[in-house]
Amino acid sequence: MNLPEQGTSRRPRALVIDDSRAVRSIIRQILTDLSFEVHEAEDGQQALAKIDELGGVDLATVDWNMPVMNGLQFVEALRTKPEHASTCLVMVTTETDMDYVRRALEAGADEFVMKPFTRDVILDKLNIAGSGA
Amino acid sequence: MPIDSSDFAILQGLVSKHAAIVLDTGKEYLAESRLTPLARTAGCASVAELLRRVHDDPRSPLVGRVVEAMTTNETSFFRDMHPFEALRTTIIPELMRARASERSLNLWCAAASSGQEPYTVAMTLLEHFPQLQQWKLRFVASDIAPAMLARCREGRYSQLEVNRGLPAKYLVKYFEKAGAEWQLKPQVRSMIEFVEVNLARPFPAWPQMDIVFMRNVLIYFSLETKRDILRRVRKQMRPDGWFFLGGSESTLNVDDKWTRVQLDKTSVYRPVP
Repeated sequence: MNLPEQGTSRRPRALVIDDSRAVRSIIRQILTDLSFEVHEAEDGQQALAKIDELGGVDLATVDWNMPVMNGLQFVEALRTKPEHASTCLVMVTTETDMDYVRRALEAGADEFVMKPFTRDVILDKLNIAGSGA
Repeated sequence: MPIDSSDFAILQGLVSKHAAIVLDTGKEYLAESRLTPLARTAGCASVAELLRRVHDDPRSPLVGRVVEAMTTNETSFFRDMHPFEALRTTIIPELMRARASERSLNLWCAAASSGQEPYTVAMTLLEHFPQLQQWKLRFVASDIAPAMLARCREGRYSQLEVNRGLPAKYLVKYFEKAGAEWQLKPQVRSMIEFVEVNLARPFPAWPQMDIVFMRNVLIYFSLETKRDILRRVRKQMRPDGWFFLGGSESTLNVDDKWTRVQLDKTSVYRPVP
């Protein structure tokens, strides 16, 4: 994930997917400070609709446990769409068992952040995603 | 009660004597933050009392613990990222070509702190250069603090620590969940030999190194000590070896017998023959 450079004309687009308004607000602030244009969704289904409406996003942060469609289901669904293959997907979740991390990566998530997190954690993960490490 | 100048002078003397570290006046806040937990554990009412206690009893085990508390530095997996990219894309491939007949590599991570840097190097090697497992690899990591070395050997990290900088695919591949913590698998831990080394004193009798990491530690030494350390590191390295300092550090005006090489977004140093 290439973070936006200062002075570039197009701001990368991010979608924050979480059923908690408080968490969405925190992540929104972090990503706004990193110069993303930030949108929000409360569940996976809303997120898919939002992505279609926007024509795609560069980054989505994805909670796991959400009503209607959970985060894993969202990741699986998005990864069936080749037009969104380059979307960076970062799980941001309270689930911390190894099995959750493994399942998220196998479903097509690029990175996994365990809550609670700091701004630096998000920044590091965005730098890692796609770095080739 | 904040420490006064005479208490701080005790601390300055201790870290200088035991670790050759220069603790500038103005860093009293650092002493307070680093030593308050130790003072509490030792049953002292304040950091000032702790310092007076170690001053009055220079043989107390508290002396070592005070020095450890002042010399332990924060680290994280894949810290600054670019040095490890340089390892992966340029340095290891080049060294593998250069050492193809002897099939041996020697690495040293100095000032390992809690171990994330050497383990990052180890995981990078396992992930991208599995053929090195058939080579003779001598990988040492050192620190001045025995407590940190014990932590390193255990290879256990908190959620906060693995959350920071570590690619999730590495977490899945190289760690096991251990209660609420995460522990590196034996395959990774067994790659590294953790050794107590005071950089201001003679290095152990090690082979010549191909790669040395000494990041964000020289800043704590006087110019004279830095020069001495850099000179001894040069002698410890193979002529075509690679030396990593911290991103804001340089050998410039300290030791002119190094060449700086820019590898994409990181600088690496090579000994001048």
